[in-house]
Amino acid sequence: MPRRALLLATALLATALLGLLLGPLTGTATAQDDYGFIPRVVDAAGTPVAGVVVTVRDGDEELGTTTTDARGNGTAVQVPDKGRYTLVFDTSGVPAGFAGGELYAVDKEVGEAHTLNTQRVLVSLKEKANGGVVPSAPVERESAGPTVSLPILVQRLVSGLNLGLLLAIATIGLSLIHGTTRLTNFAHGENVTFGALIAFLFCVVLGLPLVVAGLISVAAGAAFGWLQNAGLWQPLRRRGVGLIPVMIASIGVGLAVRYLYFAIFGSGTRRVTPESIPSVRLGSVVMPVSAYYSMAISLAVLVAVGCWIRYSHLGRATRAVSANLPLAAASGIDVDRVIRVVWILAGALSALAGVLLALLNDVSYDMGFKSLLLMFAAMILGGLGTAFGALVGALVVGVFTEVLVVWLPPDMKYVGALIVLILVLLVRPQGIFGRAERIG
Amino acid sequence: MDILLTSLQQIMSPVTAAYALAAIGLNLHFGFTGLLNFGHAGFLAIGAYGFAISVAVLDLPVVVALLVAVALAVLFALLIGIPTLRLRADYLAIVTIAASEIIRFTVNSSVLAGLTGGAQGINNNEAMGNSYSQAFKDANPFDAGRVEIGPWVFTATQLWAAILTWVVVAVVAALVWALMRSPWGLVLKGIREDEHALTSLGKNVRLYKTQSLIIGGVIGALAGIMLVLPSTVAPGDFNSRLTFNLFTVLLLGGAATILGPVLGAIVFWVLLQASDGLIQLGERGGWLGGFADASQLRFTLVGIVLVVLIVFRPQGMLGDRKELAFDDK
Repeated sequence: MPRRALLLATALLATALLGLLLGPLTGTATAQDDYGFIPRVVDAAGTPVAGVVVTVRDGDEELGTTTTDARGNGTAVQVPDKGRYTLVFDTSGVPAGFAGGELYAVDKEVGEAHTLNTQRVLVSLKEKANGGVVPSAPVERESAGPTVSLPILVQRLVSGLNLGLLLAIATIGLSLIHGTTRLTNFAHGENVTFGALIAFLFCVVLGLPLVVAGLISVAAGAAFGWLQNAGLWQPLRRRGVGLIPVMIASIGVGLAVRYLYFAIFGSGTRRVTPESIPSVRLGSVVMPVSAYYSMAISLAVLVAVGCWIRYSHLGRATRAVSANLPLAAASGIDVDRVIRVVWILAGALSALAGVLLALLNDVSYDMGFKSLLLMFAAMILGGLGTAFGALVGALVVGVFTEVLVVWLPPDMKYVGALIVLILVLLVRPQGIFGRAERIG
Repeated sequence: MDILLTSLQQIMSPVTAAYALAAIGLNLHFGFTGLLNFGHAGFLAIGAYGFAISVAVLDLPVVVALLVAVALAVLFALLIGIPTLRLRADYLAIVTIAASEIIRFTVNSSVLAGLTGGAQGINNNEAMGNSYSQAFKDANPFDAGRVEIGPWVFTATQLWAAILTWVVVAVVAALVWALMRSPWGLVLKGIREDEHALTSLGKNVRLYKTQSLIIGGVIGALAGIMLVLPSTVAPGDFNSRLTFNLFTVLLLGGAATILGPVLGAIVFWVLLQASDGLIQLGERGGWLGGFADASQLRFTLVGIVLVVLIVFRPQGMLGDRKELAFDDK
């Protein structure tokens, strides 16, 4: 009797074991296609992120990859069985300016009782790296050193050119103002933000097409530039306020305007267009359509401004005022008029830069202030107060900042550019194109 | 009336004391030596992080942690001083602001998160094992509970923090007073007025400038420690707005004076708190409905005050106008 019971128990156990073994096997036979992941990647603002390569891994084994499209969706990657897998998100191929991390990893379980067999995985890439996402996989990659492939480098280079051209537009105004009035304008970043905010107002809030909103924004920027000069800086020049107090005043203006933006717009980061912009692949470079347009517009504007400074009467007068103000005034140039034109031009150009920057990095109240130091770096690198120098300086800073991301973590992105700024001042304080003069 | 009372309570606050101390350091740079240091927040960050990491992460004694913070501040002053002190004022301004942003980006980065806590900062939380102010709390001579002074109520910790920080401010202010009366201090003022004259008198101007940068920077680092001692270390607190606030403090009270930074810090915080109270009142009254975040208008006010001060009254409340007629170097 006990013997039979034992037998029965063994049989039961065996069946149970067999069931346990067979269960998943038969399960895989029918449901194999059903286990998998469909990744979807958005940034902190909820905008879909295109060009993210998502790899599904089981330990070290790679099971499949997919790349997100313009709507942030990848295609389904199948896995053999239910269980825990690692999804690695590689954002190094993402269009310029995305401030997220290089590589994220997240562990996900599939096949739990209450979940679908094919899981949609929504990953929100935050500006602050690794916000909420477990960085488990990057460790091995970091220890092995970053992998630099040619396509990634080309992508970064093009992104850098885009950023550089854009910075150049913003920097020329800063540089011309410094050249003609010797004012180091710490409120220049706010002119850039102004352009983006006006574009946001007309494009998103009032629903006008982006191009119209951009043109309005440039016109408003010109008016804003004129207003700053007429309302504040010209009276200060008339009073004969010294350079250092004026510089501190520009700090105050920047602070006041920036926090007025904050009070009105809030601290969020928002898109400048109501709908997302599709990405286009050219060779190995993936960028949003707007980035290609942005580069073309930047180039055209830079050539136009360059010709204006070089050949037009007013441009020549501007250079004369920059070189020697008393002499220019003595030879009959209307210095006040030149400075007024420079301020209007600077306002318009920085507003344009703001719109383009907003297409690249979205709108936030301190977007201009964040790039102010890059503009200073570009200006100093090119030599204070020269327009052509500002262009070259901005290109160097832009490319340098973007290419460095290949090696540096993204949250250290700007550090490289700032270190270069300090090194340039150490070695060649007059910049690449500045005249060698005593500046101590 | 409530607004007035809470505003006036700021007079005692350790944050006000920390601002006063930081402004004393900045005063040494800007007021007495004429150095346009736009990166003072970097010194505060170095002090705060140097101290907090030494105590909370490396388990060093408090005295050693203080020395670490001071040593780091000296190092930072040398690092930015050597390349920039020969440059013109606007270059110095840009480089110092860049250097302080480098510090902020670095401590904010995930690369050093093991030490600095990355974007989270250091919570100063015993349960999380990253408390750095235990020694400060243990030394509290007051019994736990509330202390009433006039219409204001303080907890024992608040009172202890206020007394400790203000004593430090008084000691440092006295030290700076003595320093500026010494021949060394007179050389600094001479550099501010005309550095070429001082050079021709055989003074090593760059050496004096570096010394001023170091001493002011160390004072800034101490202020950074004071700022985080009763609260937490967060990288965002050390942005350039802190530096600009300190300039406002300095210009309010009067640069190139001993008590100017102290008075400036008190007035700054009382006004900031009062404007915050008024804005909240306005929000409740529905007059500020169009704003997404009306409380930020405080800093717009700070900016306007800064512009008005530098243009119309660069000597502030206590200063001497002639001392602040910066020549355009």
